[in-house]
Amino acid sequence: MKFGVVVFPGTYSDRDCGWVVTEVLGAELEYLWHKDRDLKGCDCVILPGGFSYGDHLRCGAIARFSPVVESIVNFAAHGGLVWGICNGFQVLCETGLLPGALLRNDVCEFRCQWTDLVVERDDTLFTSGLERRDVLRIPISHGEGNYFADPATLSRLEQANQVVFRYCAPDGHVVPAANPNGSIHNIAGIVNREGNVLGMMPHPERCAEPELGGTDGLRLFKSVVQSFAGVAG
Amino acid sequence: MVKLIARVIVTPKPVVNDPQGNTVKAGLHRLGFAEVADVRIGKYIELQLEADDEVGARRRVAEMCQKLLANHVIEDVRFLLDEAETKVTSG
Repeated sequence: MKFGVVVFPGTYSDRDCGWVVTEVLGAELEYLWHKDRDLKGCDCVILPGGFSYGDHLRCGAIARFSPVVESIVNFAAHGGLVWGICNGFQVLCETGLLPGALLRNDVCEFRCQWTDLVVERDDTLFTSGLERRDVLRIPISHGEGNYFADPATLSRLEQANQVVFRYCAPDGHVVPAANPNGSIHNIAGIVNREGNVLGMMPHPERCAEPELGGTDGLRLFKSVVQSFAGVAG
Repeated sequence: MVKLIARVIVTPKPVVNDPQGNTVKAGLHRLGFAEVADVRIGKYIELQLEADDEVGARRRVAEMCQKLLANHVIEDVRFLLDEAETKVTSG
C-alpha cells in the first residue's frame, strides 16, 4: 500500500513518518506538498506533527484552506484513510472532519514526555492489531493538545464510541494524574463516525524502533497495513 | 468607497477554561487589584478594508469571522467598525 505524508511550511515530523513508512514498514511513500491537489494514489494520508504555517492565528487554521487539505477532505468523504498526528489532529478539527478543538495545555507549558494510552477501540482500521484495554507507551510533544468539545458534542462522541485512546496510568486506569494537558475525559485520540479518519496528539512515529525507546507506535502503522491488505484483499 | 478599520476581538467561550486568564487574574490579585472578578485572554485583529458602505462591510467582516478569524467551537468573536484613522503629521 502507499502512504502519503503531507508537508506544510513548518511541518517537522514529516521525515520521521516517512522513515517509518519506507525503512521500518517497507511500504511505498509519497510526500504531498501543501500546494498539491493530487494525492498521487495514496491509500492512507498522514498529516504529521509540527507547526503548519507557523501556527499563525490558530493551530491548523491556515492549513485547513490549503489545496492539499481540500483534496484530503474530499478523499475522507469517499472513505479514504486519513491519519492526523499532533498538528495533523489540530488541522482535522479545524476542517470539521473531527469534532472539537485543541486548546492550550491547561498547565500553560509545552509538554514533551512519554504517555501511557489505553486503547478503547480495536475495531478501527488504525487499531486492528491492538486489543481493547491494551496500554501503549507513546510520547507527546505539544503546547496545544488539550482536547475540548462542548458537553453535547462530547456526549455524542462517547455514545458513538469514537474515543480511541485515553491518557492513563501505566496499569491502564484512566486517572486525572495521567492527563498531561487537561484534555476532557483524558482524550488523546478520536475517530470520525465512519472510522476512516483518526486524530491523535501522541506521536507513534517517534516510537517505532527499539533505538527510540519503544515500538508501540509501530503497532499502529502495522495495523493500517494489515487492515488495508484485508480491505483490498 | 469608504476606507474602514475593523477591530476584531476574539475571546475564549465562557465554557472554555482559560488558564492564561486565570494566571493573570491571580497575578493582579497578588498586586492588590482585588476588584478584578475575571480575566479572559484572547486576540485582537485589526483589518483595514474598503467597502461601498458600512452595512456591506459589516456583512463581509462577519463572514471573515465566521470562516477564518475565530474557531466557533472554542471562541466568541465580535468587532467594531470605524472609519479609517487619519494620521496627522506635524510640520
